[in-house]
Amino acid sequence: MTGRPAAPRGIGHQVDEDRRRFLGVAAVSALVLAPGVSLLAYAEEQGGKQGASARTRWGLLIDTTKCRSSCTACVTACSSYNGWKNEGRPTDPQWIRKVQVTDPETGLSRSVPVMCQHCAKAPCVEVCPTGASFKRADGIVLVDRHICIGCRYCMMACPYKARSFLSEEISGQKPWAPRGKGTVEGCTLCVERIDAGQVPACVQACAREGSGAMTFGDLKDPASAISRALAEHPSVQLRADLMLDPGVQYQGVP
Amino acid sequence: MRAIHYREIEGSGGFWALVGLLALLLAAGLTAAYFMEHIGHIITGMTNQVVWGMPHVFAVFLIVAASGALNTASIASVFGRVAYKPLARLSGLLAIALLIGGLAILVLDLGRPDRLGVAMTHYNFRSIFAWNIFLYTGFIAVTGCYLWVMMERRLNRHSRTVGTVAFLWRLILTTGTGSIFGLLMARKPYDEAIMAPMFIVMSLAFGLSIFILVLMAACRAGARPLGEATLMRLKNLLGVFAAGLLYFLLVFHLTKLYEAKFIGAEAFILWSGGPYTVLFWFGVVFLGGVLPMLLFWLPPTRRSRAAVGWGSASVVVGGLALVYDIIIGGQAWPLSIFPGMQVSSSFYDGVVGFYAPSLPECALGLGGCALALLITLLGLKLLPFLPETLADEGN
Repeated sequence: MTGRPAAPRGIGHQVDEDRRRFLGVAAVSALVLAPGVSLLAYAEEQGGKQGASARTRWGLLIDTTKCRSSCTACVTACSSYNGWKNEGRPTDPQWIRKVQVTDPETGLSRSVPVMCQHCAKAPCVEVCPTGASFKRADGIVLVDRHICIGCRYCMMACPYKARSFLSEEISGQKPWAPRGKGTVEGCTLCVERIDAGQVPACVQACAREGSGAMTFGDLKDPASAISRALAEHPSVQLRADLMLDPGVQYQGVP
Repeated sequence: MRAIHYREIEGSGGFWALVGLLALLLAAGLTAAYFMEHIGHIITGMTNQVVWGMPHVFAVFLIVAASGALNTASIASVFGRVAYKPLARLSGLLAIALLIGGLAILVLDLGRPDRLGVAMTHYNFRSIFAWNIFLYTGFIAVTGCYLWVMMERRLNRHSRTVGTVAFLWRLILTTGTGSIFGLLMARKPYDEAIMAPMFIVMSLAFGLSIFILVLMAACRAGARPLGEATLMRLKNLLGVFAAGLLYFLLVFHLTKLYEAKFIGAEAFILWSGGPYTVLFWFGVVFLGGVLPMLLFWLPPTRRSRAAVGWGSASVVVGGLALVYDIIIGGQAWPLSIFPGMQVSSSFYDGVVGFYAPSLPECALGLGGCALALLITLLGLKLLPFLPETLADEGN
């Protein structure tokens, strides 16, 4: 009988031992690392799908000719959805408010909902010393409550009085809208709803209970309802002279 | 020129009584800060309309005065005026002390003072506030080095170089502080580039007035001679600074009055703003500018030491009035979101913001002032900052 000569027993045994040990370590490593690697891959994939993209610029168009002075559906919806309360004190937060604007010459009067205008060149983002005020790639301006030191310089810089300082302990926070005493807050455009494919709470309430004065959508998409509405009728940005390019625009403001 | 001998001040009973009083004020300030942090700013007079209150008034006043307090040293080291040299060490000490006092107020008034570490590790370099963090801490370091080279004989030869760096640094620092307001395009009472150089002139006046008051008090308490020529020289300089400030205020308001869009805000400060108008004309113009100049230069009082003291105190009061008018008055005037329109809302749109300083805010502000004076006093006690005599040459 011929065949390959058997390797000396001692050496072959040692190679097998090494291979077995290597395979064992590799298997354990794979078991430990695989879920992590898979999670990373999943997160990247989800991030790619859901993260803010500069290809989008979220905006809001408010037709004040449709907005009734007596209607506060947008304010109530924002307040109850995000968990802030206005009890009439000057220290109370107001993420959105109705401003009655009257032309003293003509008497023409409109009720104008005002909230964070989500400016492309936001002064609050410029002046924030820590970078807590920031703008997402899709144009939504937010406050990172983890690094807001409560200096209030953003409130000094905002031309729209869109931000509030939380000056006392609060209760009844919503998981999607974390708030904290000693930090600054304002309209988030209901960012978590947008990321989930929904419209902001104020827009939904205006459509359901109000007069459908608010149109939400992607300003960069020429086919979106907001882009088409903007193309059809003239609109204005508040304090357009400051050239901040707000994402919120208005029609029918006196 | 005769040799200058510096010596620590003596710790008399009066000295320790003053230290005790200042420590009490500091403790009151820290207690106020504790309650402001734990209960929240709800216990202050600040609202969502007036977001910066009394603590900012004290803090900005002290920070502006700090850079001005260094000028006496700069005149000696940078501009080579030997007559000011004996005063240079006190000038540096006061500059650091005032800045620390102002910064302490600013930090303790934050909504989250516990996040000071965040402010030190996260920077947005487009923010003038972020730049100021470097300018303030850098000023303390540079002035500390300046004091070192002035007080260490072997390093004296570097005084001019380090003094020049400190002088330039203080100019940039006050430009930064003025720009905090000057760059606020959203608010009509601000939004002027001239605010940066105006703050420099403010610093010259505020800093020198505090310097004169501390110098007079220290010399009097320690029975150290303070020559008339020295005091009159400082007094004349302060008079020029007060006049300079009035000039800048005139240009600032005339520029604004020329532009129609600013007239409402200007009218508010200059004639229809109630307490803000009174503060401007009586506090800023009269107490901060006219009265000191009259006291310093009119024949009946121009050689009077008491008049120098009262005139300097008047500049301090006028300075606080000016900072109050700038910070509080500037916010009280409502934002113009719809220019030319009448507006009303639940968020006080179109309404002059109401603000009344609260006890905790005043305690915090005074606590910061006490801290600055405490540092100055202990510095004078521990190290030789003050000459044994400031008598005029030949006396």
